[in-house]
Amino acid sequence: MRVIDKREKFNRRDFFRRTSGVAALAAVATPLLSREALAQPLKTASPAAAQTLFKMARDLYPHDRLPDSFYEAAVATIEGGLADDPNNKSLLADGVRSLDAAATKLKGRPYSSIAQESDRVAVLRTIEATPFFAAMRGGMVTALYNQKSAWPKFGYEGSSAEKGGYLHRGFNDIDWLPA
Amino acid sequence: MATFDLNDANVVVVVGSGAGGGTLANELAQKGVNVVCLEAGARYENQDFINDEWESFHQLAWLDPRTTSGSWRVAKDFPTLPAWIVKAVGGTSTHWAGASLRFQDHEWKARTTYGDVPGAALMDWPIDAAEMAPWYAKAEFRMGTTGTNGIPRLPGNNNFRILQAGATKLGYKEVHTGNMSINSQPRDGRGSCLQIGFCFQGCKSGAKWSTLYTEIPKGEATGRLEVRPDSQVLHIEHDAGGRVTGVVYADKDGVQHRQKARVVAVAGNSIESPRLLLNSASNQFPHGLANGSGQVGRNYMRHTTGSVYAVFEKPVHMYRGTVMAGIVRDESRHDPSRGFVGGFEMETISLGVPFAAAFFNPGAWGRDFTSLIDSYDHMAGMWLVGEDMPQASNRVTLNPEVKDRFGLPVANVHYDDHPNDLAMREHAYKQGAAIYEAVGAKRTTRTPPYPSTHNLGTNRMSAKAEDGVVNRWGQTHEVKNLFISDGSQFTTSAAENPTLTIVALALRQADHLAGLLARNEV
Repeated sequence: MRVIDKREKFNRRDFFRRTSGVAALAAVATPLLSREALAQPLKTASPAAAQTLFKMARDLYPHDRLPDSFYEAAVATIEGGLADDPNNKSLLADGVRSLDAAATKLKGRPYSSIAQESDRVAVLRTIEATPFFAAMRGGMVTALYNQKSAWPKFGYEGSSAEKGGYLHRGFNDIDWLPA
Repeated sequence: MATFDLNDANVVVVVGSGAGGGTLANELAQKGVNVVCLEAGARYENQDFINDEWESFHQLAWLDPRTTSGSWRVAKDFPTLPAWIVKAVGGTSTHWAGASLRFQDHEWKARTTYGDVPGAALMDWPIDAAEMAPWYAKAEFRMGTTGTNGIPRLPGNNNFRILQAGATKLGYKEVHTGNMSINSQPRDGRGSCLQIGFCFQGCKSGAKWSTLYTEIPKGEATGRLEVRPDSQVLHIEHDAGGRVTGVVYADKDGVQHRQKARVVAVAGNSIESPRLLLNSASNQFPHGLANGSGQVGRNYMRHTTGSVYAVFEKPVHMYRGTVMAGIVRDESRHDPSRGFVGGFEMETISLGVPFAAAFFNPGAWGRDFTSLIDSYDHMAGMWLVGEDMPQASNRVTLNPEVKDRFGLPVANVHYDDHPNDLAMREHAYKQGAAIYEAVGAKRTTRTPPYPSTHNLGTNRMSAKAEDGVVNRWGQTHEVKNLFISDGSQFTTSAAENPTLTIVALALRQADHLAGLLARNEV
């Protein structure tokens, strides 16, 4: 059976498209560089707030084998989607403030300093009815999963017609069913 | 290529170019009738289709505003998207999966067969299986349906092979790769299936039947069919004698034109068709054109739908190959011992990662959900298509508070599940999971109904005028030169995918209408 290689292939074009310039170079050159020190990839949130949003993004849709860059790109996409609406320009920045307030109320500390995912998820549940949560959660569904370079990680091959379809590429090659 | 003058009152105007409208338009042209087919959407050809779920969706899907109400989950998760259908030349025949099943004999007589179901507006069709048999045969030949006319069935992909193994193990008997209007060998000038796997996004190889590259070009070649894309019909006009005289439509730039007509046939799918009639209200027809019975928009049906996806220990790659790759038919029988009337088909389905994330469990988040997506390439899936009950309160109405860009009220789609629908879906979910568990599924998940791809019943066929909107020919009871030619004619929904029946009805209607025109009876 033809299976997919799920290791991320370094594709320069994709990589630079989905991360901002300085952060991209820094990430490649010095992987040990603390995330905090990277230049801000978001326009409407401070670097600290951005980190909170990235963490929230991953807590909403955790895939342990997906690098942070996918989540950062997704949040940037969500921000881009809100940019044209004057009512929503500060939704993310305000949302982080309310998220930290909810975290402090429930767990005594700001969101991104809560160590356990399950505790952070409990905080998220308390803001589930808010427009900020809706924007992030709803936005992530497309912003995260529409990144083509993430698809191999899920074993999905994307566009097929230009490769002649799957007629000769394993459309019926399952080999483990009982005879 | 034909072009007809706006003031040519001898043309038949067909609204919509999908399975119903496209077939009717071609068939009339073949019989010597001049036809103007007005399609709201743009014209894309095979090479324009996109093997990317969201990009394709934005290219082809009907995205003009609609609203929803009722207890159905679609109203909560997708309040402005009650249906996934197409706004483009070819209509939803560009998007459909190709499943081409005839109604079962008893399904034409749902009221007689099932008895009175409280809360359901069950009714027998005014036609039956014997009458429809030759038209089904003609449709199957026209569309190149596998399993008929000596056309071999398609080979089964991985998704089907799992379904087949599990279903056989459970004792199901009628399990095969389906009656599909997808070429399994070259036919009718079109190639055979390459198992591309993006059937829903328009078939780039043309193996799947769609009016876009079959009926429409054949009709155009006669010199009697003019298809005008980007032409959205807004009103149907009539004279003091209650005869339709033409339609008003908006072109690409929003400029409105009046096309005269001898006959108007409406095939805008089951949300826009009733909406058009309702928006064509006048002093003579205060409740909407041809709506003296009050039935226009009522009895909206969408099949019980629902999906089961299963995770296996080893890879499946369900996305490789045809989306609807096979079927289990045993449960489509009528067997009230199961706790409901009517039946359902079990058909494979596959979604790509983007749509899986959006539709597997709308609104879900967190590890329970992502662990499912992490197993994406180990997944098989099926779609449960069952007969849902017509209910007068499930209906398309005009929403006075939301207007489209032409200033016209948009359609609101209201739907509540009937207890029969709930019982059928519950049973179907259980059986679907059982099939997968029989071959070792480690986990199964139930997916709620998607935005409806089967939209039926809102201009229903009836023997008596007070019970429906159209007669046995799809001719409206109240207006002799107004016809309905799409799935909104359906009196009941049956368990089967509707397209073959829509095409068969259109072929039959064309034959009847051409006769009426020739004899000056309309």
